[in-house]
Amino acid sequence: MTMKVLVPVKRVVDYNIKPRVAADGRGVETQGVKMSMNPFDEIALEEAIRLREKGHASSVVVVSIGPQAAQDTLRTAMAMGADQAILVRTDAALEPLAVANLLKVIVERENPGLVSMGKQAIDDDMNATGQILAAKLGWPQATFASQVKIHDGKAEVSREVDGGIEVVNVSLPAVITADLRLNEPRYASLPNIMKARKKPLETLDAESLGVDLTPRLKVVNVSEPPERQAGVIVETVDELVHKLKTEAKVL
Amino acid sequence: MTALVLIETEQGTVRQASRSAISAASRFGDVDVILFGDNAENAAKLANVRKVLHVTNLPHLLAEPAAALLATLAENYTHIVSAVSANSKNILPRLAGLLDVQPLTDVIEIKNDDTFVRPIYAGNALATVQSSDRIKVLTVRGSSFDPVAAEGGNAPVETLGAPGGYDKSHFVKVEFSHSDRPELEVARVIISGGKGVKDAGNFQKLLEPIADKLNAAIGASRAAVDAGFAPNEMQVGQTGKVVAPELYIAVGLSGALQHLAGIKDSRVIVAINIDPDAPIFKVADYGIVGDLFDILPALEKAL
Ligand SMILES: Cc1cc2nc3c(=O)[nH]c(=O)nc-3n(C[C@H](O)[C@H](O)[C@H](O)COP(=O)(O)OP(=O)(O)OC[C@H]3O[C@@H](n4cnc5c(N)ncnc54)[C@H](O)[C@@H]3O)c2cc1C
Ligand SMILES: Nc1ncnc2c1ncn2[C@@H]1O[C@H](COP(=O)(O)O)[C@@H](O)[C@H]1O
Repeated sequence: MTMKVLVPVKRVVDYNIKPRVAADGRGVETQGVKMSMNPFDEIALEEAIRLREKGHASSVVVVSIGPQAAQDTLRTAMAMGADQAILVRTDAALEPLAVANLLKVIVERENPGLVSMGKQAIDDDMNATGQILAAKLGWPQATFASQVKIHDGKAEVSREVDGGIEVVNVSLPAVITADLRLNEPRYASLPNIMKARKKPLETLDAESLGVDLTPRLKVVNVSEPPERQAGVIVETVDELVHKLKTEAKVL
Repeated sequence: MTALVLIETEQGTVRQASRSAISAASRFGDVDVILFGDNAENAAKLANVRKVLHVTNLPHLLAEPAAALLATLAENYTHIVSAVSANSKNILPRLAGLLDVQPLTDVIEIKNDDTFVRPIYAGNALATVQSSDRIKVLTVRGSSFDPVAAEGGNAPVETLGAPGGYDKSHFVKVEFSHSDRPELEVARVIISGGKGVKDAGNFQKLLEPIADKLNAAIGASRAAVDAGFAPNEMQVGQTGKVVAPELYIAVGLSGALQHLAGIKDSRVIVAINIDPDAPIFKVADYGIVGDLFDILPALEKAL
């Protein structure tokens, strides 16, 4: 069976950057900050590309919901190997519910056999969009995937759960969300970056898709968490144990 | 206002994090709990519980039927709550999708019935958000709320069946890594190893004797899990487990942002690292600069 795989990718503050709360207490500073593809989405994309390389998928379509600059993320995705891209343009910071509702419209248009996405965006840390989308589509879901095997119109997925690894079998079409150990994403080579410039990138306006984008959560404020202070360096193990017993009283 | 709390058990005992979720939900009013699979005796004894809903025909807690069942119950409640866990993160957002509401993940503080505090950006910022949804669906961090008592209650148990017809997903198997140690989320002491521990054998040889002496849980950095030194459920951090022990001993791990996200609420942090500039020292209450292969055996002796 060959199918299209849809991969939603989010443009987020790069994972190496320590975010700073903006002075107005409305959010986190993003002006002049390095932005990258959400690391879990790179993994989800890598998995989709591998499925195509193994002959399980015919094409990989990436979609990003965000500002014009999310184009860069989509170009990176095509340089990694996605065949085509869709930008759903909006300047609003949308919640998982609105994102899922927009993705549902794209799914109904593109008819993928699989949506491969990240388990979590590292900015809002919601871990929700894939599950909401699966519910909205009435599709089965396999979250926190560490291994995916496709056969007979089904995906056998190993999932990272609290006590260990769980294996589930879901009929396609389905939503799979990627965990860290699913694969190691490839780097985009220079020739592929050049080639990606010629791949098709379609832009849609989020407002035009007939989806209610009104936020359900009002941000009251965003603040810095209490900082931990650096303590003392001790010279010997005996000194450490002594301090843990008498000063910190944890032993 | 009435809340429904999805609770989980561990070998028949209600998880401490679930008891914390009940205490968090008590802020909203009466609390009913729903339990899948296990026997419901222990759930009936919990303090602060009005009624136990016991679902007997869904032992493996597949998200599709579980969320569908919760959706049929949801209209009786103002809040649907669970402690953060692999199961709740799988099921509650799906339920939110069915109800068309925006779920809240990882709540650490409840301001009032509709306003909540949750960490964003790996805990580098705290967002206070107000929900306008008619039913609030939220997961709460167990370590942020005191658990209700495990005994003393006497709630009636009502048996329910999950709906059939969800044949698009099947449970195949689960491989639990069994351990007699305390769970990471509730352990009083945790010793965690990183890439610096170098292999799985050292993890056992060096960390376990100390964990035995301190009745500690063992954790790991992502790099240590990726390298196969420790199983995935031991990962501590932004995308692993968030912990808040009295004592956290970080061994041969650098203290990346994503790791710190999971340990910030520990009361006392000890760092053992050969590199004096390792970021872990910036958050550690006590640090020793040196080779873990010398320090750990000495520590074991000194305890
Ligand atoms: C999306 C995303 C999510 C992530 N989530 C998590 C997460 O949940 N948890 C997590 O931990 N990481 C997470 N990471 C990974 C994180 O960024 C770091 O890569 C990881 O934490 C590093 O692990 P480490 O400290 O063990 O390894 P390293 O950074 O390689 O550090 C090893 C340390 O060991 C010390 N060392 C070496 N030899 C010795 C010795 N003989 N004695 C003493 N010290 C020694 C070194 O000085 C060094 O500081 C995530 C990354 C991404 C992109
Ligand atoms: N704005 C967006 N554009 C594209 N995909 C998104 C967007 N927001 C979230 N996603 C997808 O949903 C996953 C989970 O995000 P979240 O639920 O916000 O943690 C991400 O890893 C992405 O795959």
